[in-house]
Amino acid sequence: MIGEIGHFGLILALVVAVLQGTLPMIGASKGNVALMRFASSAALVQFLAVSISFIALTIAYVGSDFSIVNVAQNSHSLKPMLYKISGVWGNHEGSLLLWAWILALFGFAVAAFGRNLPDGLKARVLSVQGMIGIGFLLFILFTSNPFERIDPAPFDGRGLNPLLQDPGLAFHPPFLYLGYVGLSITFSFAIAALIEGKVDPAWARWVRPWTLAAWGFLTLGIALGSWWAYYELGWGGWWFWDPVENASFMPWLVSTALLHSAIVVEKRDALKNWTILLAIIAFSLSLLGTFLVRSGVLNSVHAFASDPARGVFILGFLVLVIGGSLILYAVRAPTMKGGGLFAPISREGALILNNLLLSTAAATVLLGTLYPLFLDALSGAKVSVGPPYFNATFLPLIIPLIIALAFGPFLAWKRADLKGVFSRLKLAIVSVCVIVGVSWWVTDDGPILAFVGMGLFAWLVTAVFVELADRIKLFRTSLRQSLKRFLNLPRSAYGMSIAHLGVAMVILGVTASEAWQSERLDVMQPGETVVVGGYDFQFEGAERLEGPNYGILRGSFNVKRNGSLVADLRPEQRVYESPPMETTEAAIWPMLSADLYVVIGEEDGKGGYATRIYHKPFISWIWIGAIVMFIGGGFSLSDRRFRIGAASARKKQTQKTAEAAGA
Amino acid sequence: MTRKRRRLYIVVAAMTVLGLAAGLVLMSFEDSLVFFHSPSDLVEKPVPEGRTFRLGGLVEEGSFKKSGVEITFRVTDLAESVDVQFRGLVPDLFREGQGVVAEGQMNENGIFVASNVLAKHDENYMPPEVAESLKKAGNWKPKEDKQ
Repeated sequence: MIGEIGHFGLILALVVAVLQGTLPMIGASKGNVALMRFASSAALVQFLAVSISFIALTIAYVGSDFSIVNVAQNSHSLKPMLYKISGVWGNHEGSLLLWAWILALFGFAVAAFGRNLPDGLKARVLSVQGMIGIGFLLFILFTSNPFERIDPAPFDGRGLNPLLQDPGLAFHPPFLYLGYVGLSITFSFAIAALIEGKVDPAWARWVRPWTLAAWGFLTLGIALGSWWAYYELGWGGWWFWDPVENASFMPWLVSTALLHSAIVVEKRDALKNWTILLAIIAFSLSLLGTFLVRSGVLNSVHAFASDPARGVFILGFLVLVIGGSLILYAVRAPTMKGGGLFAPISREGALILNNLLLSTAAATVLLGTLYPLFLDALSGAKVSVGPPYFNATFLPLIIPLIIALAFGPFLAWKRADLKGVFSRLKLAIVSVCVIVGVSWWVTDDGPILAFVGMGLFAWLVTAVFVELADRIKLFRTSLRQSLKRFLNLPRSAYGMSIAHLGVAMVILGVTASEAWQSERLDVMQPGETVVVGGYDFQFEGAERLEGPNYGILRGSFNVKRNGSLVADLRPEQRVYESPPMETTEAAIWPMLSADLYVVIGEEDGKGGYATRIYHKPFISWIWIGAIVMFIGGGFSLSDRRFRIGAASARKKQTQKTAEAAGA
Repeated sequence: MTRKRRRLYIVVAAMTVLGLAAGLVLMSFEDSLVFFHSPSDLVEKPVPEGRTFRLGGLVEEGSFKKSGVEITFRVTDLAESVDVQFRGLVPDLFREGQGVVAEGQMNENGIFVASNVLAKHDENYMPPEVAESLKKAGNWKPKEDKQ
C-alpha cells in the first residue's frame, strides 16, 4: 500500500510539474497575473506531492517492507535505524528521489521567501524549476522507480554496503544535493533573466543568497565525503582525485567563481553575461555530477550499455538542459549591455582574475575526469588519469589564485593603487618569511611545494587580518572607536574574512599533512612499541568480539609522548555477514597539531599482527577550514542588504511589473 | 579606458590563462596517464620497467602468500598470469579467485611491484576493466551483476 501511495505521489508531482513548467511561463509572456501567481501554488503542491513520495519510501525502509525491490536490495531488518533511514538515499533510485524532493523544497522556498520578487521573474524562475522537475520525475518514473514491487517478497533484505553504514556518509549525499540543487535556483534565475533580457543589481541580490547557500552546502558535503574517505577507507587518504570526487568538486569551483562574479553584478552592474554563463555551467556540472556518479558511467562507458534506457535518457536530458540553455544564452546574451567601466587593476579586475583561474581549474579537472571516457569510447584503451595529472595542472592555477586572493579585498572598485596595496602587505611578506623559516627549522626537510604552501598560508592569513585592521582603522584611531567600527561592519565583511581564513586553514592542513606525514608498516607482537612522529605506540594485543551484525578483530594501542599517556587507540577489522564483506575501522586520535591514525590487519600466524601507523600533522585543519568556510558563507548570507536591499528594490520592481502588465 | 580596451584586456588575460592551462595539461598528460593492462596484454606487448600502469584480473587460486607485511600473489586472466608483490595490509575483500586491480610497475625480474591494491566496494563487484579483459581472454562467466 505504502509503495502505491509513494508511486502516486510521484505521478501527481509530475502532473503538477508539467503545469508549473508551462502555465506561469505563458502567463509571464502574456502579462497574465493569475497564471503567473499560479506558479507559487504549484510549487507548494509539487513539494507536498514529492514529500508524500519521499516519506512513503522512508516508511518502507523503516518498516523493512521487503516487497519493494529497492528496500529488499538495500536494507536489512537488523540494520540500525539511522542506516535504515540513510539507506533511502544510499542507492540510485532513492538518491534521485531525494534530489527531486530537494528540488521541490527549493522551489517551494523561492515561492515562500520570494514575496518581494517581481511577479514576472518569479513566475519564470518557478517555471524553469518546474521544467527541471519534469525531467527528474520522468527519469525516476520510467527508468528508476523506487517503488517497484517484488513477488514473492524475500524473507530479508540484502543489506546496505557496510562501508556506507556510517554517519559521515549518511549525511554526505543530502548536503551535496542541497548544494547541487541550490545551483538549480541560480540556473533558473539565469534562464529567467535571459528570457526577460534584463540583469540588474537587484537580480544579483536575489541570486547571491541562493548561490551562497548552495556553495555552503557543497563545501560541507564535499568535506563530509572526504572526511568519510579519510577515516573509513583506512588508508589515510582524504582526496584521491577520483572521478566521483571530481564530479562534486567541479560545481564547487564554478560556484565559487559565480559567488564572486555576482558581487560585481551587484555592486558595479558589470560582468552580467559572464555571471549568467557561470550560473548555467555550474548547474550543468551539478547535473553531470549527479548522473555520472549515479549511472556508473564513470567506472565504464559500458555501464550505459548495460542499462540503455537510463543512459539514453540521461544523455538526452543533459543535451536538452545544457544545449538548450547555451543556445538561449547565445541568442539573448549579446543584447545585454554591460555597465560600469574599470581599469585592469581594480576590485573588478581581481575578481575577473579569480573567475578566470577558478573556471580554468574547473576545465582542467573536467578534462581529466572525462578523458578516460572519451578514450575508451573512441579507441577502447583503458586509462586512468590520476593525481599526478591533477597536481600538475591544478596547483599551478590555484597558487596564483591564492596569491591574488590576498590583494583582492584591498583593491578599490574601478581603479586601484597596487603600490599602496603592496605597502600595506609588507607585514604579510614578513610573516611569509617567518613561517617558511620556522617550518624549515622545525622540519629540516620537505619538498619545495611544502614551503610554498606554508608561505601561502601565512600570506593569506596575514592579509585577511591586515585588511580587517585597515577597515576598522586599528591603531589609527582609539581602540574604542576601532571596536565600534568592528562591530558595525556589515555581515558580508565578516563573511568574506572568515571564508578566506577557512581557505588558509585548508591550505595549511593539506600542505602539512601531505609533506610531513610519517608512516610505519610493521608486524607487531603484543607488547612491542614503535615510534612514529615522536609518539610511542605500544601494541597491547588484539581480541575477537561480536558486534550487532558483524564480527570484530580489535587491537589495542597505548600511545605515549615523553612517557605520558596521550591516547588509547582501538582499531578494528570488521567482518559483515550481509552482504558479506570486511571493513577496516581505523582508530584516529585527532589533535590540532596532528592526527594519530592506526590500522590493524590480519594475524600472521605467529602471534603478530600487521599494523599501519600514521602521524599526520595538521590534517584536521582541512575539515575545520571547510567548516569555517561554511560559516563564512552563512555570515554573508545573513547580510542585511539581502533583506533590506531586496525590499527597497521591490517598490521599483512592482511598479515596473505593473507597467509591464499594463503594456 | 574604453569598453573595447577593457574587453581586449580581459581576452588577453583569458587567453594567457587558458594557454598556460593547455600547456600544463599537455605536459602532464604525457606521463600521468595510467594505462590498464591484463596479464595477456603484458605477454603480447610487455610494458617497460619503471612505467606505472594498472594490472587487473583475478587473484589466482593458491597463489597468495604472506610474510609479515610482504604479500605476494599472482594475477591471472585465466590465460596468462603475472607475479605481484605488495608491501602493506591485505586490502579488504582481497580473496583468491576474486577480481583485483593493482597499480604499480614491473621490476627487472618481471615481477609487478604494486604500490597500491585498489579497494573494492562489495563482494560482487568486478572491476569493469577486469570483466572486459576476462571476456577478451574468453574466460568470462557472468556473475550476478550489482553496481
